Amino acid sequence: MTATMETQTDLPLIAHYRTTGAPDEMIDGSGAVRPQWRALLTYLDALPSAARAACFARGEQYLRDAGVFYRHYGKGDLGKRDWPLSHIPVILGESDWEALAAGLIQRADLLEAVMADVYGDNNLVKSGDLPAEFLASNQHWLRPLVGVRPPSGHFLHFIAMDLGRGPDGRWWVLGDRTEAPSGAGFALETRVATSRIFSDIYRQANVHRLAGFFSAFKEALTGLTAPGTDRPGLLTPGRFNDTYYEQAYIARYLGLPLLEGEDLEVDGIALMVRTIAGPRPVSVLWRRLDSDWCDPLELNEHSHLGTPGLVEAIRAGRVSMVNALGAGILETQGFLAFLPRLCERLTGQRLSVPNVATWWCGQEAEYRYVRDNADSLIISRVTANRLPLEQEGQALDMPPVQDPAFLPWLERERHQLVGQEVVTLSTTPVWHDGALVARPMVLRVFLARTDAGWQVMPGGFARVSQSREPGGIAMRNGASVADVWVVANHTVPEPSLLKREGTAFIRANSGLLPARAADNLFWLGRYVERSEGALRLLRAYHGRLAEVGPGKSPLLTRLEAIFAGYGIKLGAVLPNAVSNTVASAVFSASKIRDRFSLDGWSALVDLQSSMAQLAETMKPGDDAARGISVLIRKLTGFSGLVNDNMYRASGWHFLRLGQAVERAIAMADLLAALTGPAAPDGALDVLVEVGDSAITHRRRYVAISRASVCDLLLLDALNPRSVLFELDRMNEHARALSAIGRAEPSARLARLLDDLRQDIAAQNANAITPAWLSNLGRRIASLSALVSEAYIG
Amino acid sequence: MRYEIILKIDYSYAHTVSGGRHLLRVVPRSMPGMQDVRSLRLQLAPVPTSQLERRDFFGNLCQAIEYQTAHETFGVHLIADVERTCHPCGADRATPYHALGQDLAAMQDLGPDSPLHFLAASPRIRDLGPFRDFALALLRPGMTTGDVMLAVSEAIRARMVFDDEATDVDTTPHDAFTKGRGVCQDYAHIMIACLRVLGIPAAYVSGFLRTIPPPGRERLPGSDAMHAWVRIWCGCNAGWQEYDPTNALAVGNDHVLVGYGRDYADVAPIRGVSRTAGSQQGKHTVDVIPRT
Repeated sequence: MTATMETQTDLPLIAHYRTTGAPDEMIDGSGAVRPQWRALLTYLDALPSAARAACFARGEQYLRDAGVFYRHYGKGDLGKRDWPLSHIPVILGESDWEALAAGLIQRADLLEAVMADVYGDNNLVKSGDLPAEFLASNQHWLRPLVGVRPPSGHFLHFIAMDLGRGPDGRWWVLGDRTEAPSGAGFALETRVATSRIFSDIYRQANVHRLAGFFSAFKEALTGLTAPGTDRPGLLTPGRFNDTYYEQAYIARYLGLPLLEGEDLEVDGIALMVRTIAGPRPVSVLWRRLDSDWCDPLELNEHSHLGTPGLVEAIRAGRVSMVNALGAGILETQGFLAFLPRLCERLTGQRLSVPNVATWWCGQEAEYRYVRDNADSLIISRVTANRLPLEQEGQALDMPPVQDPAFLPWLERERHQLVGQEVVTLSTTPVWHDGALVARPMVLRVFLARTDAGWQVMPGGFARVSQSREPGGIAMRNGASVADVWVVANHTVPEPSLLKREGTAFIRANSGLLPARAADNLFWLGRYVERSEGALRLLRAYHGRLAEVGPGKSPLLTRLEAIFAGYGIKLGAVLPNAVSNTVASAVFSASKIRDRFSLDGWSALVDLQSSMAQLAETMKPGDDAARGISVLIRKLTGFSGLVNDNMYRASGWHFLRLGQAVERAIAMADLLAALTGPAAPDGALDVLVEVGDSAITHRRRYVAISRASVCDLLLLDALNPRSVLFELDRMNEHARALSAIGRAEPSARLARLLDDLRQDIAAQNANAITPAWLSNLGRRIASLSALVSEAYIG
Repeated sequence: MRYEIILKIDYSYAHTVSGGRHLLRVVPRSMPGMQDVRSLRLQLAPVPTSQLERRDFFGNLCQAIEYQTAHETFGVHLIADVERTCHPCGADRATPYHALGQDLAAMQDLGPDSPLHFLAASPRIRDLGPFRDFALALLRPGMTTGDVMLAVSEAIRARMVFDDEATDVDTTPHDAFTKGRGVCQDYAHIMIACLRVLGIPAAYVSGFLRTIPPPGRERLPGSDAMHAWVRIWCGCNAGWQEYDPTNALAVGNDHVLVGYGRDYADVAPIRGVSRTAGSQQGKHTVDVIPRT
């Protein structure tokens, strides 16, 4: 198996495909194409190269449109990377898969039994199968959780395993993921992208679908919910986590609220979500936050991501954690040394899918073995939880094996070290420079506990090294991700999370909006509207600039003063302050990715990138006015999407309320600045233009005057740009929300809205003064604080 | 020796806080053969919305308290009647240092008093490396584990100056060690780090210390303090020994135990977060009054 293999094939596409000597997923040991690959290869082979490129581009386009990215932590930056899709799926035959799946279920049951013992009676320690010191020195063994039994009786509900195929073609477990496994959402997105690439053949390819797995998991989560509590939530570390995008995606896909630690509180021993209607009980959390960060009172005292008292609620049996806190200990490399023996001890059977051979140096014989074979083993920390292949991030201060300092170091640190066999991986084809080449890969497989026991996601994703070296499978080393197809030789069912036949129609309670999400939606509305207002005024300014040239007119000077009042410096054609407002909108939106559609998000991100491009190229004057028009259209595109598509639940009301408040304040302020007796010539035209009301004004009034402009932009309840119109809208939204907020501030909010409306309606367009308008702006601005008091708290 | 212990901790917040949760570990625990808590009274002001007493993993008493109401101050007042009956013994049976590893290898126990919990780095003592050379230099042939304990304490005393301005509650052992200054918490952390790097199990102890006024003077009310010292496992025969590195003395009846942990984080008198950010000022006084 060491020589590279010629491929025996009639397909020109792979005539030059060379395996590396390791097993290959596509080509078998005799050099023939494995049967499950034939359909895809035949299709690709027949495709003209332009059509092939178009197919690949479809997949990439899908991911870009969907905003799928991977955040990587570099030196001090929080870079976003495009999702590195490998266009060619890994294709596994159904019978190979079923044998593997059965072995993984055995392993999952073993992990559950070990977890129950490690946090329970410690029988494995008493019997000598697990050294006491091994647990006691592992910082992932969380003492506050010892003796705490989960309400369902199960510790593990959703886990993943990383697998590689060894030289003999058997699968090996390289690592278990029990703490907070990531990637299920990426598996889904990678699947969608790959099925777009191969849309011509995907439906006929008998690929097992993923949706059935997810709906079974969702059902299982719902089944854990205690009576009288809200639906399960997904506990996220927040938007700076490297897989936040995926968490938001999977939350939206499964219909779970995305919760941060600060969305939760513990009242007595009851876990509550802070919603716009006050605290509501919740009993199930699918957590993507590592255990140690979950509760600063009893676990890591420095955590700002957790919820004080959460461990107390768990101890009281009020919360099902998926998975139980402390499960991270099972994924430390050291456990791999013991699991084979523990399996025999606990079940009387051998592990049917072995894991990478591992020796804990805390034991005498094992230590001597590692010492004597150090140059052919990988040495890592007991507590490392990355695969041996990708551990540079958790580097040891290990001297080279030949160095005289090595043996003393090994002796000194042995209790914290394991030796592991060097992993070899199978290869799978990737598209590289116009041809298929063989690259090492690691499979990630997900398992979920359901009423019927563990279910294995049929497929998952594979990380593929970008070089011939297995070490390239770390995401941050440029690995790419391939879909994994499990192919049957019969047609497969097509389940979907959206339509499940045979189950009763149930209208799920959409749940109450977390207060933090409401706050972000409100501010998203305000920032979007503020961006639009600034852009409209900026366009008017550049339009005037094109007519008269810089610094020549009192009107331009007045507009500059208005900008200055908003903190906008007009140095650049597209001032930073305006880009920052858009960035703030994107920031607010990014915290509630689970709350609105992909199209809405894409529109915002697209606006931001167009803005960055235009900022480079736009010239002051007419060119800028035209460029800004493009941006305004994109922004109204976002508002339109939201208006047309967003479900009319409380979240929508907060977003629209924010928009209305901002628009009303801006209009009142602008009227104050441009309708005074000293307003320069042309000021009223600017107002009508910024208010997007030029045509209406021409139709309704004989001539332009302060009174006509105030009438149209302040007092006209039919003009969607007038202050009165916005107040009516605010009233509608506030009424829709009034039943859920805190009673007293909601009542004050309603009163203030009434007062404002009456005051405006009582105005005579001829007698309105700038001072009155400024005061009006301030009164409207005070609504913001009342909204916060009534709903956010 | 019997004491009346009075502890008063008072926080005042710069702004009203809307609620909060705290975990207290201030109540002395009874330990057979060491101390007996005859009675105690713990008063919290304002009265918490909920309060729950339990024992933590190491057997320490903790109170989980919760406020759902707004408050500007928070006070803990403890009065405890404690009898110390500590007769330090067994130090002379300490295992030779070179044989301690064998004693440890025989331990297959994860109970709260197992020495195995206290061998590795812990949340507040994350990095033992910086103490290695310092600790190794203290070893001499033929030492017992007890000798090592004394040598480490002596070396720390020679290097460190007691200074309650130089460090604060969040100073790392390494920083305090580099500065050469600190308080009992720093002394204890440094001693623990040195012992662990030598493979000797060492635990952090929090408690109260009676201060003895200078001859002819009255005891000043409130002049005592919460204190920290170290618990060292000296092998199967000697078991746990307690030693106070700040004062370089074996722990006897002047010390009153509150709790054991891997380091300060496990036994901090108050852990907790207020919902409102903002400064808070804490004041604490202790009286350890001998009863006759």
